[in-house]
Amino acid sequence: MIIYGTALLATCHLLGIFLGDVLGQALGVKTNVGGVGIAMLLLIAARLWMQKREILPKLTELGVEYWGAMYIPVVVAMAAQQDMVAALRGGPVAVLSAILTVAVCACVISAINRSERREEGPAPAPRLHDNPLLTEAE
Amino acid sequence: MIDILEKAAAHNGLVTAFAVVGLVVLLSGWISRRLTFGRVHGSAIAILIGLGLAYWGGKVSGGHKGLADLSLFGGIGLMGGAMLRDFAIVATAFEVQATEARKAGLVGAVSLLLGTVLPFIVGACVARAFGYSDAVSMATIGAGAVTYIVGPVTGAAIGASSDVMALSIATGLVKAIIVMVGTPIAARFLVLKTPRSAMVFGGLAGTVSGVSAGLAATDRKLVPYGALVATFHTGLG
Repeated sequence: MIIYGTALLATCHLLGIFLGDVLGQALGVKTNVGGVGIAMLLLIAARLWMQKREILPKLTELGVEYWGAMYIPVVVAMAAQQDMVAALRGGPVAVLSAILTVAVCACVISAINRSERREEGPAPAPRLHDNPLLTEAE
Repeated sequence: MIDILEKAAAHNGLVTAFAVVGLVVLLSGWISRRLTFGRVHGSAIAILIGLGLAYWGGKVSGGHKGLADLSLFGGIGLMGGAMLRDFAIVATAFEVQATEARKAGLVGAVSLLLGTVLPFIVGACVARAFGYSDAVSMATIGAGAVTYIVGPVTGAAIGASSDVMALSIATGLVKAIIVMVGTPIAARFLVLKTPRSAMVFGGLAGTVSGVSAGLAATDRKLVPYGALVATFHTGLG
């Protein structure tokens, strides 16, 4: 039943948000801390557990995968409701600090990702291509 | 006739949103193939069109939620709202390779920390350069440079004035939009190829909306890894 997959996804989502709120309260910041991240970890764990027991039929998987595939359309809808007018009206301070921030972060990302490559050597790269799961995904 | 059609669309907001977004994706796929010969990914163009529509909607309605402020397109607000967005992001975790995610755990945490501290410092410095020299304004604009959710939350907590708050939100929004549009262009410079690099990116670039849209337009397989790290951003800030 396809609803089982969607229900599993919904349960993980709600549980993650709940745990995120609890974590936020414990830290005293009154917002949700990483709720979506926790939900993702729960879903990964649930999938691994169910696969091991072989109680994860294709139809149930589809109930989750449909929503994963709906992700890009949802992002397009999200983009369509950003407050673009206010963002552009903010003037030079907003634009400048945003550009500088992104530039600094981009350089650091680039540096970290390059250094990872060198430290680990060429070993992980070919292994990635040999992974049957990854080629399947491609 | 047109009245009846309009009423039908307005009363079935979410369904209208599915149709409108489908049309936008179809159009952007066509533009990607015909005008850029597949060089610019279709979803990047779709996001750009979305942002353009948001500007148009905001201009016409004078509201703050882009296209969603026009009653005809109210469903866009539900479809792209936090609930369905998070639901879809969680669903992408279904494709995560657990071993890949574990390998990059530490790097993810480090980049998350750097991604909070660096924007804050840069934002505060720019604020200072533009004459906002009191600590409260500097902190608020700096927090806005982390994400546009952290900005106003910090500002409200330490009592910043409303124009500084607006500025802080604007900074975060501009950052999110730059990340959305710039990621696919800069993907090679950022070495965005492996799940690990996506997690570093998610931690450093911050904004969930920017990261998830930017990665979606670069390589859909990397989305869950980046989003997994980026969602912890708001809390840390």
